Amino acid sequence: MFAFAIRRIIGAIPTLFALIVISFFIMRVAPGGPFSGNRKLTAAVLENMNKAYHLDEPVWMQFGRYLWSLVHFDFGPSMKYKDFSVTELIVQGIPVSLEVGLWAMLFATITGIALGIAGALRRNGATDLTAGIVAMTGIAVPTFVIGPLLQIVFGLQLRWFPVAGWDGSLNAKILPVIVLALPNIAYISRLTRGSMIEALRTNYVRTARAKGIGPQRVIWKHALTGAMLPVIAYLGPATAITVTGSVVIEQIFGIPGIGRYFVEGASNRDYPLVMGVTILYGGIVILANIITDIARGMLDPKVSYE
Amino acid sequence: MSELAVGGAVAVESAAGLSPFKASWRRYSRNKLAVASMFILLLIALACFGGPLLFPYGTEDADFENISAPIDLLSIHPFGTDEFGRDLLLRVLKGGQVSLAVGFVGAFAAVIIGVVYGAVSGYVGGKLDNLLMRTVDVLYGIPYFFLVVLINLVLVDLGRTIALFVSIVVVLWLTPAVIARGQAVSLRHREFVDAARAGGMTEWQIIRQHIVPNSLNVVIVYSSLLVLEVIITESFLSFLGLGIQPPSTSWGSLIDTGANAIETDPRLLLLPGCMLAATLFCLNFIADGLRDAFDPNER
Repeated sequence: MFAFAIRRIIGAIPTLFALIVISFFIMRVAPGGPFSGNRKLTAAVLENMNKAYHLDEPVWMQFGRYLWSLVHFDFGPSMKYKDFSVTELIVQGIPVSLEVGLWAMLFATITGIALGIAGALRRNGATDLTAGIVAMTGIAVPTFVIGPLLQIVFGLQLRWFPVAGWDGSLNAKILPVIVLALPNIAYISRLTRGSMIEALRTNYVRTARAKGIGPQRVIWKHALTGAMLPVIAYLGPATAITVTGSVVIEQIFGIPGIGRYFVEGASNRDYPLVMGVTILYGGIVILANIITDIARGMLDPKVSYE
Repeated sequence: MSELAVGGAVAVESAAGLSPFKASWRRYSRNKLAVASMFILLLIALACFGGPLLFPYGTEDADFENISAPIDLLSIHPFGTDEFGRDLLLRVLKGGQVSLAVGFVGAFAAVIIGVVYGAVSGYVGGKLDNLLMRTVDVLYGIPYFFLVVLINLVLVDLGRTIALFVSIVVVLWLTPAVIARGQAVSLRHREFVDAARAGGMTEWQIIRQHIVPNSLNVVIVYSSLLVLEVIITESFLSFLGLGIQPPSTSWGSLIDTGANAIETDPRLLLLPGCMLAATLFCLNFIADGLRDAFDPNER
């Protein structure tokens, strides 16, 4: 088991490395260098600036330098926010992004599993059909359509929640968390429903019933335990969806998180900022996939450690 | 799996006297939701590509006598106009042209790249297969949205639309590649491939004439979701201001405009939003229907 975990972690290193290499070299060939602004610089100034940022060295040395600074969590200076380093911007943004993201994951998991179980226990009942419609909507309609729609209904019409903005109050967090959770609620409820229906048909559940174990205990202990495995396996991809979704959510609801820096950086060609966020978020998703795999290995005896 | 794969080349007579493809198609046409979705999608496409021809004015033409006209289906502006007097219906249809074109052409290109890559990898096997598939594994681990944005940034000087299109295709060919490889591996040692080799065909000819065509129908079924993914990605990026930009429009960029105007004119959000949602719903149902009808494991 331990060996499996180690192997899985080592297996992820090429992915992480590829992520860093790709973003580094893409940013190198990207048009519009950091100093090609509106102001024309004299050759001497340009040379000095290139020297200051080590742009005069061969590319592989620059890459080595970048790798070395990454090890120290130093993502370099931001080209747009001159007074901040990328690390400072990320440190500012990450608590906010994490808060929204983690609440959304928690909300999606609980709601999704609950809807899925309800649907599986009373197939084609009212709850099942409603959950089905919610799931279909969550899968088919992108968050950037649902978000503004909910802003119109709950922000402008009903005035239950603020339309946008981030003042740290609970009210301001509810809409973003719900919108961010919606796609995952959809997937998790479908997954839970499917695997729960399958689990209720298995021999071990029939055996448990035949032994005279009460229906509640059969559902919650025997069937649900088996049915949770695909859901746990989904938590890796769910993290990727949440991370990507948070970029949109922060844009729509004006949340000062990392996703907004990413979009701003991409439109301003603030390459170090874009690279920093990409590597950080890519790293988070890779980490989530590792944890998911290890958790699966621990819970499911059928997963081989090979 | 194999029965379906052979279906494209040799019609295997099943008990009912139907080729597997026809049997699958019959299964698909029994799925009312999927068939209806196909019709609605066709209607949307017809409206987007044919509709604008019927308008006597263009997307940017302002009608100053009817500024911010309300929805009135019988007037000259059925869906009304925006604050510049531009016709909303026309703008939504024109935006649909871009979204649908990028979606279908993009998915097509991604499938072609993926199938060739996967077919070569699976057919040749050995070290090359190992190398090619390790590459796919590594790329799969990276959240694709960030890759799309990175590549988009590099290509942006070629023009916004091209950059968007290429970056989406470059990232989304992975799924078809994996599926095509699986097909190619199962086809590699079949008799007709041996026969082709014995008959003197080169490896490349075999890949082109036997492996790729026989992988294609399975790949297409599973890649139907790819159209959906490309359309979502395109509108996602356009919404964030990283994709299609004025004067070009797509549903994503229209939704972006609408999302900033929800307090003044919710129509600007609702019209493109509904069109995009309807298209995505249809594509979802079609993909589900195709999978149920063509997936050999479901029989």
